[in-house]
Amino acid sequence: METSQSALIRLDPAQVRRARTLARKAGRPIVQLATTHTTVSVERATVRLAGLEGADSERVPWVNRLVDAVRTEVGLEHGVALPIWDALVRGQAPDLLTLAQKASTGGGGFRIPAGRDLVRARSAARKAVGTGIRRIDTSRKQRERLVRRYGDAPRRPWIYLIVATGDIYEDIPQACAAARAGADVIAVIRSTGQSLLDYVPEGATREGYAGTYATGENFRLMRAALDEVSRELGRYVRLTNYASGLCMPEIAALAGLERLDMMLNDSMYGILFRDINPVRTFVDQRFSRQIHARAGIVINTGEDNYLTTADAVEAAHTVTVSQLLNEFFAKEAGLPDELIGLGHAFEIDPAVPQSFRLELAHALLARTLFPAAPLKWMPPTRHMTGDVFRGYLLDGFFNLAGVLTGQGILLVGMMTEAVVTPWLSDRDLALDNVRYVLDACSGLTEDFRPPPDGFIATRAREVLGEAVGLLESMVDEGLLTAIGHGTFAGMKRPADGGRGLDGVVKRAETYLNPAIEALEAPQ
Amino acid sequence: MSAGEKRLVRPYGDTTGDGMVQVSFTLPVAAGKLAEGAAAQLAVSMGIEPAMVVHSKALGPEHTFFVVYGPVRHLVDLSAVTVTERDYPLLTPKDVNAGIRQGLRRKLVVLGACVGTDAHTVGIDAILNIKGFAGEKGLEYYREMRVVNLGAQVAVPQLVERARAERADAVLISQVVTQKDAHLTTTREVAAAFSEAYPAGRRPLLVAGGPRFDEGAATALGVDRIFGRGTTPGEVASYLAHALVPAGGAKRD
Repeated sequence: METSQSALIRLDPAQVRRARTLARKAGRPIVQLATTHTTVSVERATVRLAGLEGADSERVPWVNRLVDAVRTEVGLEHGVALPIWDALVRGQAPDLLTLAQKASTGGGGFRIPAGRDLVRARSAARKAVGTGIRRIDTSRKQRERLVRRYGDAPRRPWIYLIVATGDIYEDIPQACAAARAGADVIAVIRSTGQSLLDYVPEGATREGYAGTYATGENFRLMRAALDEVSRELGRYVRLTNYASGLCMPEIAALAGLERLDMMLNDSMYGILFRDINPVRTFVDQRFSRQIHARAGIVINTGEDNYLTTADAVEAAHTVTVSQLLNEFFAKEAGLPDELIGLGHAFEIDPAVPQSFRLELAHALLARTLFPAAPLKWMPPTRHMTGDVFRGYLLDGFFNLAGVLTGQGILLVGMMTEAVVTPWLSDRDLALDNVRYVLDACSGLTEDFRPPPDGFIATRAREVLGEAVGLLESMVDEGLLTAIGHGTFAGMKRPADGGRGLDGVVKRAETYLNPAIEALEAPQ
Repeated sequence: MSAGEKRLVRPYGDTTGDGMVQVSFTLPVAAGKLAEGAAAQLAVSMGIEPAMVVHSKALGPEHTFFVVYGPVRHLVDLSAVTVTERDYPLLTPKDVNAGIRQGLRRKLVVLGACVGTDAHTVGIDAILNIKGFAGEKGLEYYREMRVVNLGAQVAVPQLVERARAERADAVLISQVVTQKDAHLTTTREVAAAFSEAYPAGRRPLLVAGGPRFDEGAATALGVDRIFGRGTTPGEVASYLAHALVPAGGAKRD
């Protein structure tokens, strides 16, 4: 991106290299874990790519029924692809749906094929799952085509707005209104609690709590509506959702198929804030990031969340450490820099002296450390008090820091944060605030050159130093142990605790997953 | 102050008694003369007269946003204002932690669940999960609390058993489903089961929560406290500290 901005502060190149080396060292054992295990959700995502949709009369998705049946009959350690397509090749059922229906009443007749049967099952599985991978490729090309046809967002940072009504048919007009009012990116917040569901709900949904369920059909409806608005406005409006929680891989697959453009996808958020088992999260995360890489989806990581629980000055270096880890895991899964939207936030207590200078220092550190990543800049939430007038001012400073430090994606702050879910007028005022600051300060980065030994540059180097120190101790004790000890956001999450652990299975030698094969093959 | 003595006040702009207020709102009317007239009329109905519509702005084709200033004709009689005070102080997480550390000298154990057939964990998760609610972190965030969240559809006997095993100081039950008054029936059932399982005066503190509860019905339902819609984790934490931590550092039995 803006290469001129990457030179804003000078960091010691040796120390930057050291930070990345340490992140790689800390992350490697986790990758080892992710490549030797599978999860129920990875297996269900694979079956989804082969085209199985829908749910039974109890609204349990067929992918859940099928994967559960395979697990009961022959276990998951070989993956579901071989037993499922072996059964199809043998004519146990004419198609996936019928097989799922038969299997759910106890008649799957699954086995682990060997010899020629294995070869036949494998090739049938590759062909079926390949259909989904091709649909993801088509969606990606379609996005590129539409961006060319309609035009892209007019400037950086992209303006990111949230809708959250709980009802997809209410979300759609709100999203269209937000796009017309100037949003470049629309995020549909998910219903509270979806991250803890071990299945993806089906169909268009109208009943969510503080958000709308992520479903394949809801994705399709919203993307179609935004395509229409994009044509009307002459710029491609991006759609965002959440690949997180227990169904991270499946939601990533649905996002790839339905052409979502950005997905929230943090390597540790579910562990820390949702008490999801660490191993489950890391296995699911790798698969979901491989899908995002293939689909050209920009991931948004969640470092902003740490600062809502820990002190934004004291814990500044934990954000840097998490960004480095997220970067390592993202690149390992095949994501290029331009798809890695690393997160950070404007959360320093405004009562702290020179709080704005500290914010600039932290934002510039991220910008300098990750020059080619579209950084996601999150507005103040923790120190929004209900004094909406003061909140409006704080959001103005947040916008100023964003433009001054070259952030890539700017989540629009609402002065009514912590008061109400945004009203129509709140959103309009917030966009006015953003537009005023972006227009008034356009090009200001050119004049903004913090002196090399000044407060801002010194503070940035100090945070990087602390990050390196934390990474060193983390490499010694291991990342899983560090998470277990409460290194991030003050939360202690042991590797053998948390939700979804029973859905984690160690892979056998014969494990086969045609989706992972295709995603790891050089294109 | 003696009862009956009236103390009248008006809003204060820049002169005593000017009654000035400022309000903002949106009307679902396209911007224009009609919309401005409608805004002024609404302000007059609110008691603002004369109403000065100082700002109006179209929000899309069908809505208009207004800022209105003017004197309000209503008075407030301070002697007639009734205030219901919370019977416990609202504390910061830091103060709650410090209170527990000094008063209890061990972690406060909180058990939470959605009881019966209720699968709506939204409420209990908002109170317990670190993610929290309304900008406040959940009880998991409190260093001096040990939180056990049993999740959805927990049977009453199972809840009692876990409460004993975990030596819970407080049990939080969440009830969202209100069909056939299920929330009231289940809460009574929980209260009865705990009274039966524990010697008198030794049972854990019982707290029920949900959007349709009447906060005044605690005694009738046999629990210690009821929290209704919009309750934040901070309120629950402050209440637990108030109810369970002896003041002045005395040790609890």
